[in-house]
Amino acid sequence: MKAITTINSHFVPVNIENIDTDQIIPARFLKATTKEGFGKNLFRDWRYENDDETKPKKDFPLNQPAYSGEILVAGKNFGCGSSREHAAWSILDAGFRVVVSSFFADIFKNNALNNGVLPVQVSDAFLHKIFAQDSNTELTVDLEKQSITINATNEQEHFDINSYKKTCLLNGYDDIDFLLSTKEDIQQFETLTT
Amino acid sequence: MSKTLFEKIWEKHIVKTIDGGPSVLYIDRHFIHEVTSPQAFTGLNKRGIKVFRPAQTIATADHNVPTLNQHLPIKEELSRLQVEALKKNCAEHGVELYGLGHPFQGIVHVIGPELGITQPGMTIVCGDSHTSTHGAFGSIAFGIGTSEVEMVLATQCLLQSKPKLMRINVDGVLNKGVVSKDIVLYILSKITASGATGYAVEFAGSAIRSLSMEARMTICNMSIEMGGRCGLIAPDETTFNYIKGKEFAPKDAAWEKSLAYWQSLYSDKDAVFDKEYHFKAEDIEPMITYGTNPGMGIGVSGKIPTADTINENDKSGLSKSLTYMGLQQGSNIKGQKIDYVFIGSCTNSRIEDLRMVASFVKGKKKASDVEVWVVPGSKQVEAQAIAEGIDKIFEEAGFMLRQPGCSACLGMNEDKIPAGKYCISTSNRNFEGRQGAGARTLLASPLTAAAAAITGVVTDVRELLN
Repeated sequence: MKAITTINSHFVPVNIENIDTDQIIPARFLKATTKEGFGKNLFRDWRYENDDETKPKKDFPLNQPAYSGEILVAGKNFGCGSSREHAAWSILDAGFRVVVSSFFADIFKNNALNNGVLPVQVSDAFLHKIFAQDSNTELTVDLEKQSITINATNEQEHFDINSYKKTCLLNGYDDIDFLLSTKEDIQQFETLTT
Repeated sequence: MSKTLFEKIWEKHIVKTIDGGPSVLYIDRHFIHEVTSPQAFTGLNKRGIKVFRPAQTIATADHNVPTLNQHLPIKEELSRLQVEALKKNCAEHGVELYGLGHPFQGIVHVIGPELGITQPGMTIVCGDSHTSTHGAFGSIAFGIGTSEVEMVLATQCLLQSKPKLMRINVDGVLNKGVVSKDIVLYILSKITASGATGYAVEFAGSAIRSLSMEARMTICNMSIEMGGRCGLIAPDETTFNYIKGKEFAPKDAAWEKSLAYWQSLYSDKDAVFDKEYHFKAEDIEPMITYGTNPGMGIGVSGKIPTADTINENDKSGLSKSLTYMGLQQGSNIKGQKIDYVFIGSCTNSRIEDLRMVASFVKGKKKASDVEVWVVPGSKQVEAQAIAEGIDKIFEEAGFMLRQPGCSACLGMNEDKIPAGKYCISTSNRNFEGRQGAGARTLLASPLTAAAAAITGVVTDVRELLN
């Protein structure tokens, strides 16, 4: 997993609430047996007319050249629905390292963290401020300080993250490495409970 | 100290807790399927390690399998490759696979309970959000991502933070024509699709206690639609009677030992919940959704909300949803024309669901311009339906009984609803494009779906019941 410390970047706004993982990556694109290549189908049905890649919907932010960057900003309750980790893979594969929203669904949040994508939960008010910015604005997400800043206005908000997960992300550690290191404890637990 | 049902199970499964961080949670049962497991096995192989406790993982093929001609090779290449990868991975790692053609094959959340693999007091996970279904037995059961599937395969453990605790009480007696699906759609319409995010949800109250195991599973299945980390119901005699004698249920002395543990699984009288709701069963009517998340539901006799009757924050969502659905604010949902009826999915594809539909449609015919698919949850459900003559009733009514799988719930196989068409569905999600790009889904109970199959329009099933 790639570590994250500070991300300073423009952002892509998708100002829609309750974005479920079927919108992030529709089920028909889950048939790969690897983790790569999902980025091109991120928000597939919102991006193209009639599933046709030659007909991008002009009003969708991912199709607008003005918007770019490593930060995706979305409406509240992002990532609800299916547990498909393909949603996190498609976001990462499309070049995003941070998703900002005012609320995240649980499973998506875990999946993002397990793939080096940082979910930054901000207040509704701060989210509205970001959406009010134009496409030239950059955001700075500082994981060490747990802060997000709108560079143009210098407005800043603190965000929460579990201290264990923070250490993992700052260093690029996986949960699986940690769990493998506790094998002895696990085996002892099994002996005690059976 | 008083404890909740959730806490009793949780504490029993903690291997260790990281200071200021999550706990290492031991997992008793792990279900896997073809879509969310391949990358996890690739991860294990890259590390050069084998599945740690293969006997505790059970595999089936359900998400992308065809529901016709399952004896033939899968036509769609990518689906076939996923199913073949599952077969290969299970063989290499010594994991039991109930694949296509096996008498135990079926939707992962249908076969676990019907085989007696799902038991009270367990921790159960699967790379599928509807793993919450298994909570109906009084277990902690939740969906995980593929990285977590890899963790469980490698260590039989996960790193988890304890969720907050919620209890939803439903007391009283259900009205005629109202079934467990209506209860859960009603709760969703009240607390919204994110109302339980961050919580483990215990369902309690006399209306819940009176339900069969299969009806309880429908409720816990949709706890994820409220955002809940898991849903659970304290086990009781109904639970024990359901499990007894099942293929993998404990037998003899082991049964007595298990039963003693199971009987201790309930929330103590003064146990504390972070949030609690109370609903009356009598207030619930047959429910249906009109929008594009499962919280957007109304009683079938009601009107679609208007922007001025809903919360300011939800206004843009309402108009976006209704545009997608081709429905109008303030109009009746009753009478809405239907093109497809889908009876199936891990929410409502069990034998009781099929019996409920069969007893309603017996002697009736479907509307001529409606296509009706009934997809049983498992080979065992299919065999039972045939043994009871339910297949004949469906045939006479013009309903098509297909073979087991997830099918049109998520349209990963050929069972897709065409763009713009309306499907009344007993599944769990009405998201945009869920049943096929552009498909319009109305979620309802098997009874309400069956009524629409007969009339061709959204119907109040109570008007057709004797």
